[in-house]
Amino acid sequence: MSLRGARMAFGDRVLWEGLDLDVQPGEFLAVLGPNGSGKTTLLKVLLGLLPLTTGSLQVAGAAVSRGSSRIGYIPQQTSADPGLTLRGCDLVGLGWDGHRMGVGLGRRERRRQRVEAALAAVGATEYARVPVGRLSGGELQRLRVAQALIGDPAVLLCDEPLLSLDLAHQRMISTLIDERRRTADSAVLFVTHEINPVLSLVDKVLYLVDGRFRIGTCAEVMTSEVLSELYRTEVDVFHVRDRIVVVGAEDCGGHHSPERIP
Amino acid sequence: MSVLDRLFTVQGTGQLLQLPFVQNALLAAAVLGLIAGLLAPLIVARGMAFAVHGTSELAFTGGAAALLIGIDVGLGAVGGAVAASLVFGVLGQRHRERDSVIGVVLAFGLGLGVLMLALYEGRSANRFGLLTGSIVSVDSTNLLVLAVCAALVLATFSLAYRPLLFSSADPEVAASHGVPVRALGVVFAVLIGLTTALAVPVVGAVLVLAVLVTPGAAAAQVTASPAVATVLAIVFAEIGLVGGTLLSLGPGLPISGYAATIIFLFYVGCRVVARSRRSPRAAALA
Repeated sequence: MSLRGARMAFGDRVLWEGLDLDVQPGEFLAVLGPNGSGKTTLLKVLLGLLPLTTGSLQVAGAAVSRGSSRIGYIPQQTSADPGLTLRGCDLVGLGWDGHRMGVGLGRRERRRQRVEAALAAVGATEYARVPVGRLSGGELQRLRVAQALIGDPAVLLCDEPLLSLDLAHQRMISTLIDERRRTADSAVLFVTHEINPVLSLVDKVLYLVDGRFRIGTCAEVMTSEVLSELYRTEVDVFHVRDRIVVVGAEDCGGHHSPERIP
Repeated sequence: MSVLDRLFTVQGTGQLLQLPFVQNALLAAAVLGLIAGLLAPLIVARGMAFAVHGTSELAFTGGAAALLIGIDVGLGAVGGAVAASLVFGVLGQRHRERDSVIGVVLAFGLGLGVLMLALYEGRSANRFGLLTGSIVSVDSTNLLVLAVCAALVLATFSLAYRPLLFSSADPEVAASHGVPVRALGVVFAVLIGLTTALAVPVVGAVLVLAVLVTPGAAAAQVTASPAVATVLAIVFAEIGLVGGTLLSLGPGLPISGYAATIIFLFYVGCRVVARSRRSPRAAALA
């Protein structure tokens, strides 16, 4: 996946410009930054839902079209309506053929096999027939991973998939995503507030703050100098055992204040 | 006792069944049951009960306007309902926004409708029929309109059922797959408009919710499978509408009361079934 000279602006407000970004197959890129820095907008561009103001974007060697089957998408965990007539297997099945026209009466056997394999891969077979509205956040998020992987994507886009999950489930979901890129060589673009749960997986970091950004390895970007420059204020980065603690960026919606409302 | 006798009598039902207008009404009820049952689970999934109500009130306004200017009431109802559903579909895609848009348009439309009915100088049965439906209001023009609208709904469903389900149940991921969520929202609103307009002559503007929402809500109590929910909703709507029509023949009362009651009983029954199913697990957790 590659972005060249990408610029994104809404009217006068420039989210980012001059963005050159490459994510290789099997690479794990973490996208960090405070709220409103354009992380979600970047995902929408990569999904083909928003056009770049200027610049070009290619995924797997081709220009991106809306709804490319080469891209899998895992959204933030949101609980479903308890009365929704949809089971886990239906949710995953929609990831397989929900965008196709028709009622879906043909090739049901192949569909069933794919759905079962995808459910088994994330350990969700047990609750595949429970209404999605009655599942816990962690259970639902495992289904989301299966839903994104069933289409065999070359690129996996994740929009804060760990938000509001407990530690055990955070680990489980990030392990599932990691397995995918190791076994199938999918590129992973992982938007997050909190780098620590995925620290050991990250190959590269894109850090966005107010139109400024920095791309590099974790060691290059997650330093007091770089973050102070990006935030234009005194920011300290400490390494505590195998965790990174950022102090001073909290008020800008930094690492320790996920979804803080200013 | 006399009220009960009046409500439940089959006297003359056999003879009535020979009459063409009764056969028309039964046919209309059957077709309506099919498309209402198809739509109902998606209406429930999208949380559009209030939109259905708003659309039906605007179908009433359209029908009243048609009465006043002397064109076919069914056509007027279709016009009003489709116009309303387009407004709801285009203006209100987000849940909260939609509710207030519907409230505003509904109130205005209903006011206009009442005014137009007051100005109408024809038979008063025609007026009342718009609100509560009546078997004689289903005539051959209605049947033609009904057939065309039903064909449109069925064609749209067979073409776009999966994307419709995807965008109803899981809009964010559907959009990421390239499903045109917004456009389908408008398409679905128009389907509601067409079906509502068909339901108005049969069950009346006030009771459209009974056939377009209750069957889906009842099915959702007992199953989480979209396919099973659709089949159940169709069965509930068919039994309610056809059964309600048959029951209403003898007493000569409006279909709507019978149909609404039968479908409501299905809903209550489904809730009881859901409760009895859930209680062992709830007891185990306690």
